[in-house]
Amino acid sequence: MAKLLRIDMTDRTYKIEDLPDKYRLLAGRGLTSSIVHDEVDPMCHPLGPKNKLILAPGIVTGTGAPTSSRISVGAKSPLTGGIKEANAGSGFPPSLASMGIRAIIVEGQPEEKDEFWMAHLTWDGEAGQPRIEFLPADEYVGKDLHKVFPKLFKRFGKVNIAGIGTAGEYLYGDSGVVFDDMKGRPARYAGRGGLGAVMGSKGLKFIILDSKGAPGVEFADKEAFDKGRKKLTKALMEHDITKPKGALNTYGTAVLINIMNEAGGLPTRNFSNGRFEGAAKIAGEAVFEGNKERTGKELYNHACSPGCIIQCSNTWHKPDGTEHVSCQEYESIWALGANCGIDSLDATGELIRLCNAYGLDTIEMGTTIAVAMEGGLLEFGDADKAIELMHKIGKGKAVGRILGSGTATAARVLGVTRVPVVKGQSMPAYEPRAVKGIGMVYATGTMGADHTQGYTIAPEILGVSGKVDQFDRDKADLARGFLEATAFIDSTGHCLFIAFAILDIASGFEGLVEECNGVLGTNWTLDDVGRIGKEILAKERAFNEAAGMTNLDDRMPEFMKLEPLPPHNVTWDIPDETLDAVWES
Amino acid sequence: MITVYVKLFATLRQHRPGLEIGEAFPVELQDGATLRDLVRCLKLPEDQVKLIFVNALSAELDRTLTDGDEVGIFPPVGGG
Repeated sequence: MAKLLRIDMTDRTYKIEDLPDKYRLLAGRGLTSSIVHDEVDPMCHPLGPKNKLILAPGIVTGTGAPTSSRISVGAKSPLTGGIKEANAGSGFPPSLASMGIRAIIVEGQPEEKDEFWMAHLTWDGEAGQPRIEFLPADEYVGKDLHKVFPKLFKRFGKVNIAGIGTAGEYLYGDSGVVFDDMKGRPARYAGRGGLGAVMGSKGLKFIILDSKGAPGVEFADKEAFDKGRKKLTKALMEHDITKPKGALNTYGTAVLINIMNEAGGLPTRNFSNGRFEGAAKIAGEAVFEGNKERTGKELYNHACSPGCIIQCSNTWHKPDGTEHVSCQEYESIWALGANCGIDSLDATGELIRLCNAYGLDTIEMGTTIAVAMEGGLLEFGDADKAIELMHKIGKGKAVGRILGSGTATAARVLGVTRVPVVKGQSMPAYEPRAVKGIGMVYATGTMGADHTQGYTIAPEILGVSGKVDQFDRDKADLARGFLEATAFIDSTGHCLFIAFAILDIASGFEGLVEECNGVLGTNWTLDDVGRIGKEILAKERAFNEAAGMTNLDDRMPEFMKLEPLPPHNVTWDIPDETLDAVWES
Repeated sequence: MITVYVKLFATLRQHRPGLEIGEAFPVELQDGATLRDLVRCLKLPEDQVKLIFVNALSAELDRTLTDGDEVGIFPPVGGG
């Protein structure tokens, strides 16, 4: 019987509840969004006592399905004021799932501000259920996570960790929830939307998860599950992008730097250009070759979480061959590199490492620093000054407190009008003027500007799931289709990168659905994917509406309508009716 | 004869060792040559040629090239 684990931070108590019947078929994002919809007052202050932080592994997390160790984290976002789901890969999700816990719900708020606690979550073999011991976390507050994580592993042994850095302690809109990677680094993030601040506002610094003795995930039909698992695995092993030594395993996501640059859609210097002259120096090929030069080896990428067979995460090395940071992803390199006019992997590497040290979302940090550059706090390209600013943010200095609040706030404070933001969240590494479909996703998606909620780049640029002209403006159906399918995949516990394979290989998609049936005892077909996605999105939109959002929030910033973007000299010219059409069907 | 300027990316770079990342090299082709002709001339396996940009616009293999075109060629790749 699946359980909900409710933690009340007002009095540091917890309850184990049977999973209500209405949630029987929900997990991951489907569950976090349902609980936020059902239990959180849409008008609450995101940092007040009435917000709730939900952590939920996916439907097949912990089952041995390939590339499925993902967790969704949900709440009302302090950054957008609407519903938020952020997603991370780690050993934490399958460990949590092995306890039979479908979701952790963190609610309430301590009376004493600035007191932080840890929840040590273990399996009580005698009672046959999870057990939590609350411990003071003061000795870890205000510290670099790279120094804290080793202390936690030394103290608690072989555990998994979810938590916040100083960014969450300072309640920044830029703060993420950090999870441990396969080498115990504080390097995996449910990054977007300021969820670290929600956790911090509840005085919860870490969840230390020790799943030793836990019973494991239950199957309704193990045979059906195994059949589906094999089909999905086959698709992942076959597809050029996901296969071993394929694109992602060799070059990681950063290979996109050169692609988006060629396409003229790589946002550069605070979204003022679609091409960056330094792109080649910070792309995936440069990571591969830099590592080869510095270590003498051809390094292929590693898994972020147990059971991943795609293995797309890189490790960047210093000139002396020692490790600098893991990992330099496309989004992080873009945000702190091209978007800031910085063309050095050593600089982006250090900026990313500092985000990991302080608990910051690299995307929002990069777009915020770029706005700070445009606003005159430092020059575009000044990596040293950017690193200085990053320390001020992490350490809570006055200018840091402003920048820690995110791109929209920084722009407002500095009088910058080129503000690349939708619903308060900054845009990721795809220029909407040059790639109209992803722009539609940024504008109309429930999460604010977010590429992972509907990755139309796949057909628009990469030729996956067909090929669509990046400039074609008639994309309401494309956006809607991707938003729906993604909401489903986000609920399964699989990494979204399985989409590269399953959108091209139908048997892979069938296998995914069969896996879910094998765990839940359902009879879903491919037709149910869209239906389930629609249901999740309907709850998210209902929450956003009740929180005060209207279709006027599904719009792009003014500067994109007025400023033509080089090299194509295109503006954002999608009519409002087309945007509204995404939801009107 | 026409001259086009070609950049090879990711795993395709092994077909042109010694080239800087993002560095374009000139290729001479017959008038009226297509992208397919270019791919054959460079001895790239066609199934590894997935994404092609000509002057920043996506193009297919049957596209005719003109003098001075800038061509970027990628194998199947993905990202996030």
